[in-house]
Amino acid sequence: MAQENGMFVVHQTVGSVLCCKCGIPMQPNAANMCVRCLRSEIDITEGLLKQVTILYCPECETYLQPPKTRIRALLESRELLTFCLKRLNLDKAKVTLVHAEFVWTEPHSKRLKVKLRIQKEVLHGAVLEQAYIVEYVVHHNMCDYCNRLQANPDQWVASVQLRQHVPHRRTFFYLEQLILKHDAVSQAIRIKQIVHGIDFFFSNRSHAVKFLEFVGKVAPIKSRSDKELVSQDSKSNTYNYKHTFSVEICPICREDLVCLPPKVSNNLGNLGPLVICTRLTNSIMLMDPNTLRYCFLDADQYWRSPFKSLLNSRRLVEYIVLDIDNVSPEVNVSGSRYALADAQVARVSDFGRNDTIFHIRTHLGHLLSPGDYALGYDIYGANPNDSELDKYRSLVLPEVILLKKSYEEKRQRKRGKPRAWKLKKLNMEVDDSGNARVDQDKVANEYEEFLRDLEENPDLRFNVSLYRDKEYQPSETASMTDDGEQVPSVPLDELLAELDIKDEDDEEAEGSNMKE
Amino acid sequence: MATRLQFENNCEIGVFSKLTNAYCLVAIGGSENFYSTFESELADYIPVVKTSIGGTRIIGRMCAGNKNGLIVPHSTTDQELQHLRNSLPDSVVVQRIEEKLSALGNCIACNDYVALTHTDLDKETEEIIADVLGVEVFRQTIAGNILVGSYCAFSNKGGLVHPHTSIEDLDELSTLLQVPLVAGTVNRGSEVVAAGLTVNDWTAFCGSDTTATELSVIESVFKLREAQPSAIVDEMRKSLIDSYV
Repeated sequence: MAQENGMFVVHQTVGSVLCCKCGIPMQPNAANMCVRCLRSEIDITEGLLKQVTILYCPECETYLQPPKTRIRALLESRELLTFCLKRLNLDKAKVTLVHAEFVWTEPHSKRLKVKLRIQKEVLHGAVLEQAYIVEYVVHHNMCDYCNRLQANPDQWVASVQLRQHVPHRRTFFYLEQLILKHDAVSQAIRIKQIVHGIDFFFSNRSHAVKFLEFVGKVAPIKSRSDKELVSQDSKSNTYNYKHTFSVEICPICREDLVCLPPKVSNNLGNLGPLVICTRLTNSIMLMDPNTLRYCFLDADQYWRSPFKSLLNSRRLVEYIVLDIDNVSPEVNVSGSRYALADAQVARVSDFGRNDTIFHIRTHLGHLLSPGDYALGYDIYGANPNDSELDKYRSLVLPEVILLKKSYEEKRQRKRGKPRAWKLKKLNMEVDDSGNARVDQDKVANEYEEFLRDLEENPDLRFNVSLYRDKEYQPSETASMTDDGEQVPSVPLDELLAELDIKDEDDEEAEGSNMKE
Repeated sequence: MATRLQFENNCEIGVFSKLTNAYCLVAIGGSENFYSTFESELADYIPVVKTSIGGTRIIGRMCAGNKNGLIVPHSTTDQELQHLRNSLPDSVVVQRIEEKLSALGNCIACNDYVALTHTDLDKETEEIIADVLGVEVFRQTIAGNILVGSYCAFSNKGGLVHPHTSIEDLDELSTLLQVPLVAGTVNRGSEVVAAGLTVNDWTAFCGSDTTATELSVIESVFKLREAQPSAIVDEMRKSLIDSYV
């Protein structure tokens, strides 16, 4: 400052004084003592923790941050260093941390060593810096949660019992894929497959509620919750409950034929009464195949006046289309295309035996052409024993309601060929009581049908993650398929590559599993 | 020889005593230890006087003096002034001055020939100092501190100054004072030199925290080893005996 102003400043040479303890010449400092003497005089690490015990849960690999938090950290990681430093309470000791690093220790030694450099003000403002090593003794101590789990791994607090009272499991196959895609049951302790549904067990009520909300968004459900008092401590006012959520999915499935009750039909503007369910999310889309009129029923509306399906997709019969005559142009009905047409069809089983031909109205005019096969409900041959249907006195039933085009003929050739894609599966326990073997075949068939459904229906695929099957190699005969229309399959660019993080050993194990 | 002592468990003994070549002032303490230490060292040569100044015991910081005189602040009472005049030798002039900076010990450092003073001292005070103490007066700072009386202590033989004093300042000061100076500490690293140390030409007293290193620095710079009040006589006697023999 003075020099800037052009003033003359006497140059100052710092002199040396003798250290007041040992007498060696040194530059004067605040304590007027050389650093060695200062060190020997004052230990700034005095009163700081040099050995700390930390608790580590070997099961969930977390460290306990008192009072209750648990921290997951790798050895020699930043997080672990932060955690270790927090345990020292350096702020309280009024020292400044300058540097900290891990000193390598054998991972099995249950010791962590951290080298610290700290600064502290001593003796009239002299700041002393010193390095020291803190040893952390890692005590293995199972956390409460793991302890409980270890004692009895089935200790669930909340369970969600998902049920659908229909003779097939298609809905659950689809739901399984949705759950996987959204990772909705990552917190489930146990998943158990039973006859008419799946049970999910959770260790926490809120996890169950979260899952319940998820299911409510993808399917029309009705649920009720109950709780059972397990134990209580009235003095500390704690009560342990087991919560059970009973969830029922509406028994109407996609492609089901429904006869609406008169009241519902009236409410929906005299829709139907014979309608097919074309889509199922948290609401049900019903469509009259004769008029292309449609409506959506949400879960609330459905459960206010529930109804059952008249015929379900297991009762589909194969027809051959003899003639088709489009009545209307293609129309877009909330995302999917339909066209009304008059058609002449005959049952495949009758074909060549008798001349029974049905003249019907169908909504698949855009898909079908003479000679095609189609699946439909044979109302003519069926013996529907439905109370709702009886309520309509003067209802003229159509003889056939076609539902979808059939690719059965073409598929014959492909039978036994592997698919280029695969689905993930939930890790479910199967309730293997009674006639499990018979069920297995049935389930395998249904699963195959579900996979076919996925191939044929891009709408359905939209919510499902398909993974590329590495084992699959396209055979040359399959690729040489002849003329025209092919069996619908999943385009390759829709498939996802699976995330692969594993050691070589694991990979081999995985490979052998797949072969099984 | 330098003596280590403390005043009622306090090592800042320069605060509670004033030592010159002609007299020694000691604060009135609860115990007699402090006084008797001075007494045993000095009684044969100079008067040791117990006193207070302005009713306080911090007499070393309140007054400034040498063998010629003693300057006390305006807060000194008449009784105290009378007591000092009665107790001190006749050759010592005791003068009370009207100076707003009443801690004269902190503002003035002197030996029998030169005085360093606080830069803000009055002109009149400066003249009185020169007259009463018979010294040359220099307004100075020591290592940037204006309280020259606190941060340096010097006798006619040598001087100890604040440890942060630069070499250039040391040179300048020793040229002014005409005595060798050294930067140093007392009381285990304390830089308030004059508070921990009181010194005259042949003896020094310092706080009991003073380390052996500091003591040896003090003894060497104030030349206390060979200096005895009777040293000159001894020297003469030796030569006389020599000549006789």
